[in-house]
Amino acid sequence: MTKKIKNLNLNFGPQHPAAHGVLRLILELDGEVVEKADPHIGLLHRGTEKLIENKTYMQAVPYFDRLDYVAPMNQEHAFALAVEKILKIDVPIRAQYIRVVFCEIGRILSHILNVTTQALDVGALTPSLWGFEERETLMTFYERASGSRLHANYFRAGGVHQDLPKGLEEDIAKFCETFPKIINDLESLLTDNRIFKQRNVDIGVVTKEDALDYSFSGVMIRGSGVPWDLRKSQPYDCYESLDFKIPVGKNGDCYDRYLCRIEEMKESVSIIKQCLAKMEKGPIKSLDGKISPPPKAEIKQSMEALIHHFKLFTEGYRVPKDEIYTAVEAPKGEFGVYLISDGSSKPYKCKIRAPGFSHLQSMDYLIKGHMLADVPAVLGSLDIVFGEVDR
Amino acid sequence: MKRLEDLEKKINSELTTKINNTEIKHNQIYIEIDKEDMIDVATFLKTNQDTKFRQLIDITVVDYPEQNQRFEVVYLFLSHEFNQRLIVKYSIAENEVIPSLTSIFPSANWMEREVFDMYGVPFKDHPDLRRILTDYGFEGHPLRKDFPLTGHTEVRYSEDQKKVISEPVKLEQNYRNFDYESPWEGTKYIKEEIENNDKKN
Repeated sequence: MTKKIKNLNLNFGPQHPAAHGVLRLILELDGEVVEKADPHIGLLHRGTEKLIENKTYMQAVPYFDRLDYVAPMNQEHAFALAVEKILKIDVPIRAQYIRVVFCEIGRILSHILNVTTQALDVGALTPSLWGFEERETLMTFYERASGSRLHANYFRAGGVHQDLPKGLEEDIAKFCETFPKIINDLESLLTDNRIFKQRNVDIGVVTKEDALDYSFSGVMIRGSGVPWDLRKSQPYDCYESLDFKIPVGKNGDCYDRYLCRIEEMKESVSIIKQCLAKMEKGPIKSLDGKISPPPKAEIKQSMEALIHHFKLFTEGYRVPKDEIYTAVEAPKGEFGVYLISDGSSKPYKCKIRAPGFSHLQSMDYLIKGHMLADVPAVLGSLDIVFGEVDR
Repeated sequence: MKRLEDLEKKINSELTTKINNTEIKHNQIYIEIDKEDMIDVATFLKTNQDTKFRQLIDITVVDYPEQNQRFEVVYLFLSHEFNQRLIVKYSIAENEVIPSLTSIFPSANWMEREVFDMYGVPFKDHPDLRRILTDYGFEGHPLRKDFPLTGHTEVRYSEDQKKVISEPVKLEQNYRNFDYESPWEGTKYIKEEIENNDKKN
């Protein structure tokens, strides 16, 4: 007697703690082996691009916080750079350092979240408890600079919104002294951990060729041994004047990507230190009154400042007709903005290129032939945040 | 090719008739082609030793409803080898079918699905052309300029039917779009009036 065996279809998510948000993954299983994975996304789609087309350039910035919400300022950076390039304005050097400091803080925020939740997915609880304490400290830095822990709305075309409050630079410097020890503690829990290695080594291997074909960027491509980092290869703001290394993986598996993230955090700390050392007092936004709002005191005295202020917060500044693609190295990979301006004060089109979108796309390729239990491990190392995948 | 100018020359000499226009701005090359040549151009850009645009960064469409050729399809490429970015564009009319790049770049799959979902541009030979970002059963193409910002339907939980239902959008107050342009620079109706007067005189 023969028995017919049918593959099992399994619905993973959208409400599943290891789905890292609202991912509905339809898996076709042969026993415990995954034959096919079909991610259904869009459950967090908010129409960001459509909304931006209906807002002025200044009003568009907060939407970028809500994309990859674990590293908000990195996204704002891409948009600010795109507008600056079209407007052809220079950013004061202090503003550049402030922006880089907060981008690197964002990178640490994102990598802590990813490393510790990935550990959580494969069974280790403690790292997330230790890591989230540090995230809290970093978010207070965000709050002190911008007034908000998460959705900062801090970067502007031409600089940043306001100068750092008194004492913040010193506190960030203090954090840079204590944080490396926390990374070492995290590493002592994970790097040589037998279970962590069993769950991650040789899982979700990406070859160099495939990493290119599937449009991978960031840690996903570096983990496979391609030394590519936009901060080095196409430097923006003051990255050119800073000294840092690009960690590169060897095997392209989940474990190598974990190691890359740990090393990147150490590099980020060193970048922040260098920026704080080089930072000098000075203007923090473009001095062009047609683009940055005037100081409050001046509004009380000068008629022109008052007019500028009024025009900037009603009509907004106009951006000449042009098109540009600008990308930054966000913690998750290449985050790009393809901006088309038509001479008015609202963008005609603003296409957002999110790294997570192309990473998640390759889920079927990555997971085919792996066990069901490897799905969370692979998903964790892809570093998916649904804010940016769904936009 | 290290320099963008050399690359521009190379592309123009190799693809000659397939290229309608090339331009260098913002340290990137912009190329205009015809729809029929997209597959050839993409294959050339990916495989040629002097270009090596190995990565497709994104595909998108820009909507110009007032033009005959309504949609402009935009492809962004990146070459790691030479550290260059290239943008390929062509215009199509509504309902025109365009070639899929999935056989050359596997990553084009979702990008094309997104374009199909947002603009309703159909792709030929795409293995799995479904909607991707919008809801199951969604109608319309949200990023077209004639699609309203509020959308057509809203969803809520109905206590009577004990399920989530979708209804036509009802707004207490319409979305207001203020005209902030400086009156002394001329708002639209003043400009039109001046133009009309000029014509009369």
